[in-house]
Amino acid sequence: MPARTLFEKLWSSHLVRDLGDGVGLIAIDRIFLHERTGSVALKSLAESGRALADPARVFCTMDHIVDTFPGRGDETRMPGGKAFITETREAARRAGIRLFDVRDPLQGIVHVISPELGIVLPGATVVCPDSHTCTQGALGAFAWGIGSTEAEHALATGTLRVSKPRTLRVRFEGRLPTGTTAKDMALALIARHGSVGGNGFAVEFAGAAVRELDIEARLTLCNMATEFSAVTGFIAPDEKTFAYLRGRHFAPADALWEHAVVHWRTLVSDDGATFDREIVIDVSDLAPMVTWGTSPEHAIPIDAQVPSLQQSGTSSEAYARALAYMGLEVGTPLRSLAISSAFIGSCTNSRLSDLRRAAKILQGRRVAPGVRAICVPGSMSVKRAAEAEGLDEIFRQAGFEWRESGCSMCFFAGGESFGARERVISSTNRNFESRQGPETRSHLASPETVAASAILGRIAAAKDLTTNDSMTTHDRSAIDGGGG
Amino acid sequence: MDPVRVLTAVAAPIIRANVDTDIIIPSREMKSVSKTGLAAGLFAGWRYTAIGGRDPNPEFVLNQASYADTRILLGGENFGCGSSREHAVWALHEYGIRAVIAPSFAPIFFGNCVRNGIVPVVLPAAAIAALAAVVQADPQAHRLTVDLERCEVRAATLQAHPFRIEVEARDMLLEGLDAIDLTLKNRAEIEAFLAHDQALRPWIYLETNRR
Repeated sequence: MPARTLFEKLWSSHLVRDLGDGVGLIAIDRIFLHERTGSVALKSLAESGRALADPARVFCTMDHIVDTFPGRGDETRMPGGKAFITETREAARRAGIRLFDVRDPLQGIVHVISPELGIVLPGATVVCPDSHTCTQGALGAFAWGIGSTEAEHALATGTLRVSKPRTLRVRFEGRLPTGTTAKDMALALIARHGSVGGNGFAVEFAGAAVRELDIEARLTLCNMATEFSAVTGFIAPDEKTFAYLRGRHFAPADALWEHAVVHWRTLVSDDGATFDREIVIDVSDLAPMVTWGTSPEHAIPIDAQVPSLQQSGTSSEAYARALAYMGLEVGTPLRSLAISSAFIGSCTNSRLSDLRRAAKILQGRRVAPGVRAICVPGSMSVKRAAEAEGLDEIFRQAGFEWRESGCSMCFFAGGESFGARERVISSTNRNFESRQGPETRSHLASPETVAASAILGRIAAAKDLTTNDSMTTHDRSAIDGGGG
Repeated sequence: MDPVRVLTAVAAPIIRANVDTDIIIPSREMKSVSKTGLAAGLFAGWRYTAIGGRDPNPEFVLNQASYADTRILLGGENFGCGSSREHAVWALHEYGIRAVIAPSFAPIFFGNCVRNGIVPVVLPAAAIAALAAVVQADPQAHRLTVDLERCEVRAATLQAHPFRIEVEARDMLLEGLDAIDLTLKNRAEIEAFLAHDQALRPWIYLETNRR
């Protein structure tokens, strides 16, 4: 057999029928739904009188508009939000699928709980009516976001009619410097190759720097494949993947586990396999990245200044608009920008390792006066694990709100938001206009950068903090005077 | 789904890169578990003067009398990026849009268009700029034709711009096909695949998800 890419293996092992002209009927192993876009698919399916092909492989969570305040119930800050929750609950019950409901101890953001419960598995096809489904490719799955109508198709038939993407391998080579993370790798890729750079491609992330990443960091990297306009992003499973999955709630056990691992070890791109396109990025000198504008492609190293039109690589119209929206001037150092809010959460960066790294920075320190800081764990399991380690106390003592899990303020749905023209440093995935609230100015960064920025009250890297930035001697002028 | 074959209509240029689905329909405008009642929220952030309000912003192209009865949009790179919400396409359709012409589309948005009777046409940015220039001179008189039978876009004074669209997507749109009906015709093949696959990958097939 000729050398095959991992994507070719994932595709051909799920191909029920070749529909011609590059379209395949693909078997779907796992379907995940949430209350925002899954509810309408379940409702539409019920109205059509069709049954689910296999309810045992369908899961649903409440993450998008559920409140994240302690003691939450079905009521939401989002006007009309309650109807999405109650209708989803009823539809899930009727369909006989597993729902991670508002008070379920396993509730959380779909792309956080699917891996942590072992629902996504290497070599599986996973779909969800959510653009960040590509996150789950980090375990070696073919996972991609779809619309509600396609979700209904998957529910009814156990398959989808899929246009076969071309293959792109992105190799991150070299050794990631201390303080630089998977989030920075994703932002650097999109900044260098544009927000349409991955359009039409299934992206395999590979290379020494990817192999070095732990599974949670790999989830962060794959999460942003959709911001690259890729169909999906994924990483070949390895010993870290198997160690991560072993013993998880829905993962296979005993003999079935042994059988599965033998199969999973074959899920690699063969030596000599050819890709339609290849990108190589050396991460050896990669700095923490922060976005200045209104697209993830507007990411620059934290040491940089707001770019000129020529440096920005965007059209003059888009550039001027982004600059005006963000309230910025050319040449302003990112580090001089004062922030009013800091957010740690979302399917990009809300897992235990993210919270641990942020907590390490926050420990013994306090957020700058006037900064509103919020931490929203990605799942109730993450929250419990963090609390068992005392991370919640570190966040609270630093002045962060400590919330129940959900998508929360990653996006504005009509309820909670950051204010107009407020500058927010955020561990999320989208800095689009009004994404986190009407006219809110979002800067994307890693959890480390968000934590450090919250402490200093301006965009800052962890290395900018000194021992002076403590609870007792908070003096911003001294820090600013120190250069940073 | 209504078939789309040859559409001649007013086209409106919204040529901006990365027009995301939250711009097409802000999340706050998705007020119920429904595919309908969304047209009023289409482009709400641009179309109205205030958040949640309904006073038309005269600057916005679709509010201008010369663009009355717009059925075609001319867009920029990465049209429909961001959230997977199909509500963006449902809102466009309910408003009356039947074709969007852009240099590139976000993949989920593209699929949602095909499933809902909106033709997503990929043309080079230069061709779209040329079409926009013709349209803008007199939008009501210079209507565009999106011809899915011949796979070309025509404007009165320009050469036809050919485009390529996959056979499957084209057939769906031309015939107004329901993809589920189509797939269920392959039910026997699906069942045979599953029987074979279950022997190969038994761990995928959960007996229950009630653990």
